[in-house]
Amino acid sequence: MSENPAEVPAPLPVKFRVENLRAGFGDNEVLHGIDMVVPDRGVTAIIGPSGCGKSTLIRCLNRMHELVPSAFVSGSVHLEDTDIYAGAVDPVLLRRRVGMVFQKPNPFPSMSIRENVLAGLKLTGSLDKSTADEIMERALNHAALWDEVKDRLDDRGTGLSGGQQQRLCIARSLAVSPDVLLMDEPCSALDPIATARIEDLIHQLKEHYTIVIVTHNMQQAARASDKTAFLLMGELVEMTETKTLFTSPSDRRTEDYITGKFG
Amino acid sequence: MNNPQETRRVWPEKLFYGLCLSAVIIPLGILVLLLGKVGMDGVARIDWGFITHYPSRLPARAGILPAMVGSIYLIGLTALIAVPVGIGAAIYLQEYGKNSRWADMIELNIANLAGVPSIIYGLLGLGFFVRTLGMGRSLLAGACTLALLILPVIIMSAREALRTVPDRTREAAYGLGATQWQVVRQVVLPVAMPGMMTGSILAISRAIGETAPLIVVGALTYLTFLPNSPFSAFSALPIQIYNWVSRPQEAFVTNAASGIIVLLVIMLVMNSLAILLRNRLERRLK
Repeated sequence: MSENPAEVPAPLPVKFRVENLRAGFGDNEVLHGIDMVVPDRGVTAIIGPSGCGKSTLIRCLNRMHELVPSAFVSGSVHLEDTDIYAGAVDPVLLRRRVGMVFQKPNPFPSMSIRENVLAGLKLTGSLDKSTADEIMERALNHAALWDEVKDRLDDRGTGLSGGQQQRLCIARSLAVSPDVLLMDEPCSALDPIATARIEDLIHQLKEHYTIVIVTHNMQQAARASDKTAFLLMGELVEMTETKTLFTSPSDRRTEDYITGKFG
Repeated sequence: MNNPQETRRVWPEKLFYGLCLSAVIIPLGILVLLLGKVGMDGVARIDWGFITHYPSRLPARAGILPAMVGSIYLIGLTALIAVPVGIGAAIYLQEYGKNSRWADMIELNIANLAGVPSIIYGLLGLGFFVRTLGMGRSLLAGACTLALLILPVIIMSAREALRTVPDRTREAAYGLGATQWQVVRQVVLPVAMPGMMTGSILAISRAIGETAPLIVVGALTYLTFLPNSPFSAFSALPIQIYNWVSRPQEAFVTNAASGIIVLLVIMLVMNSLAILLRNRLERRLK
């Protein structure tokens, strides 16, 4: 991520290559053929009005979309060199590489804070007792939650505040060491202070992870992301550097949206 | 306070409160009366001999041992059959068959089965377990029949408990790369387990008192031995009580009252054990 404009950035390696992606539920096609490239590392934001297909798009990236009965997908999504919709790909293994943080914080209600962080490893049977504490502390540290919870790791995860719960969910995703973190409106249920903390966190995490964040908050996209995609009624209108998109969008609809004419 | 509008507003409030309160008090009062009557009639007859003796044609020497042991075995066996099958069926319907026509149709039928009179289950048990499967008039045939009787209730209450687990909790687990089995086993079941246990306990309590299906399946009223295998002939408390109540001698009716006390105590003990077990399974976190 070169901040210095004088330095010519090398072409970024590609993390996701989405081609002609169509997806929806039953008879209702939500995405009408999306083509999109998500670079490795850094933050890619997907913005757009409610119902434009942002969530469906992000959920296609780790095959969570198909968990809904009646869901359908066509087209292709490549994660690096692998077509994730190819028959040989196990969605379960894919989701270990591509973690997800949801709109509403969803810590496991029957588990303590410690167990929540380690849940991904425990669920998948890959928990090694000797390294568990270390992994837990690192994940909570990365999620900027360690100092707040280190004295009550055995308390219920759902007893934390909303913002803490969301950081706990981020820690839980980080503990399985994914390559990619998908965030589906992670701050929509949080107050501004908790939102600011999550945004700081995104800023730190982008050094190590590829982050794709869906948001309906344009300021958030402008603050937190490197690239922004604007989605409208199931079509990708424009995708470019965040700075460019918000200062000189090339499409009229993008301009109307970011200046608040609709949405 | 004397504002007429205020009075008009408060009035229905109080009426509704009163109605709800009486809906609690009236049945409770009747229950207390019944228990009191049974207690007064029967408590004098309860002693060690009553609990350890076999039935007899002399009311004073008649005991309840085979019926009591039979009931305990019967209920244990019924629970062993009905709870795993019921919870398994609920997991299939809710987690795997979700939203399929097929699952909806099955559920509708199960709901209807819960309303079928127990004597019908008795006839089914007689035809299928006792005769077709050749279990004879055994403990196992009785337990299978009772299990069938309470399965619909267990399935429906377990499915209800599974429904209370929010989908976002499941999604969280899928998002971490869990398989469906791992999601169900480690995330959904721990949350739903207390609810499923409660439903099962209620259903089993119902089975303890069932008489009609056992009569049809062939529980005996006069036994001089204790059941020693699932294929033994058996008696059960409700059957014994029913038999005593229908005798002409007054003393046998007293025996019946004592039998009811024993039945109630056994039910309470079993429920308490089940609730203890449930509370142990339900992890307590701060």
